[in-house]
Amino acid sequence: MLTKRIIPCLDIKDGRTVKGVNFVNLRDAGDPVELASQYAEQNADELVFLDISATEQKRKTLADLVRKVAHAIDIPFTVGGGISSVDDVEVLLKNGADKVSINSAAVKEPELINKLAAKFGSQCIVVAIDAKQINERWIVHLIGGKVPTKLDLFEWAKEVADRGAGEILFTSMDHDGTKAGFANKALARISEEINIPVIASGGGGEPKHFIDTFTHGKADAALAASIFHFGEISIPDLKKELKNHQIAIRI
Amino acid sequence: MKVVLIDYGAGNIQSLKFALERLNVKATLSADKNEILEADRVIFPGVGEASSAMKKLKDTGLNLLIPELKQPVLGICLGMQLMCSHSEEGDIHGLGIFEVPVKRFNSDVKVPQMGWNMLTNIKSALFQNIRDNEYMYLVHSYYAALCKETIAQTKYGLNYSCALQKDNFYGVQFHPEKSSKAGSQLLFNFLNINS
Repeated sequence: MLTKRIIPCLDIKDGRTVKGVNFVNLRDAGDPVELASQYAEQNADELVFLDISATEQKRKTLADLVRKVAHAIDIPFTVGGGISSVDDVEVLLKNGADKVSINSAAVKEPELINKLAAKFGSQCIVVAIDAKQINERWIVHLIGGKVPTKLDLFEWAKEVADRGAGEILFTSMDHDGTKAGFANKALARISEEINIPVIASGGGGEPKHFIDTFTHGKADAALAASIFHFGEISIPDLKKELKNHQIAIRI
Repeated sequence: MKVVLIDYGAGNIQSLKFALERLNVKATLSADKNEILEADRVIFPGVGEASSAMKKLKDTGLNLLIPELKQPVLGICLGMQLMCSHSEEGDIHGLGIFEVPVKRFNSDVKVPQMGWNMLTNIKSALFQNIRDNEYMYLVHSYYAALCKETIAQTKYGLNYSCALQKDNFYGVQFHPEKSSKAGSQLLFNFLNINS
């Protein structure tokens, strides 16, 4: 049976790991390669690196980091943050990233999803969607949730799947940083309407939230950051708890 | 030991190179016939789409070379699928080493299958020191059906061939280079398998 995945997310700025609370205040949580190796050792199923730096040197620094991570760990990882072209993706995959995640660039140029899927295969194209509820409608947002678009979450999710995305990483901005649970209703609806894997993000604070998102939320994977980085939940303990609740999980 | 990774532009092979380096093997990426023929082990990687990959093999004549190889050969993911008789992906004829067709998963499961799934009914020295029910990392939309060459099964909607073997030819659907310690053990086994 295919197991549910637990995915720590490492926010990267200038080669270092950081994590914002509600995407604003940044705290330093260490060396990404070391942290990645630790997570692999603890049986994390996958990792996501999100580059939030915005300097000229950025692309090169990120490619170097990807190479170091690929050298150090033997589990899959996804790289995202500011990726906007076929060339950007090619550099990251060549350096050893397994998947890339695109967000704003896909909204600005939906055709990019088709191009990437055709060139590299759907399996390595993750489309990240940040959304929050406005007047009871889920609206897609850009720039870490600061800029609303006109896109409806569910319509956009369907479109990215149709264009060839291999996976959706859905972050609820309403839940992110709250540690009060994932956006399970919206997650379940996405899973019901489209046929590619969905990663739940935003709101994981305790093992029960993960159990809920894998059952009620029908998520294929769950992503979290600070609760793992600051040791509030250990991955082995979390996985044990999930297993005890009959969730298919790799121990 | 000389290990060659067959170079036909098959996407990301960096992780595979690194995984072999962790086993102290420096693999060479090559499309050169003599270099491939002289290798002790040949790995046929693959990520991407079947018909364009097959076209690249035909353009370089590697489609004729690979089935003739006498040393242990390991196809990974799309590499394994291309070693089969036919693929629904692009409706292409494969190398025909394994006499089994490759089909697309039904839409009663999410496609692609992405993540860690269990190997069952394992047989072959390729799985030495790997327990039955071990998890491996998979990303794929197409699968090889069960057949007489099946040496490991996985269940995703239905049971399919997660690994195949015929004589010196081995194929695995999962990514050993991404499958943690068990994956590393599998690569180690392949490097040390009797040829």
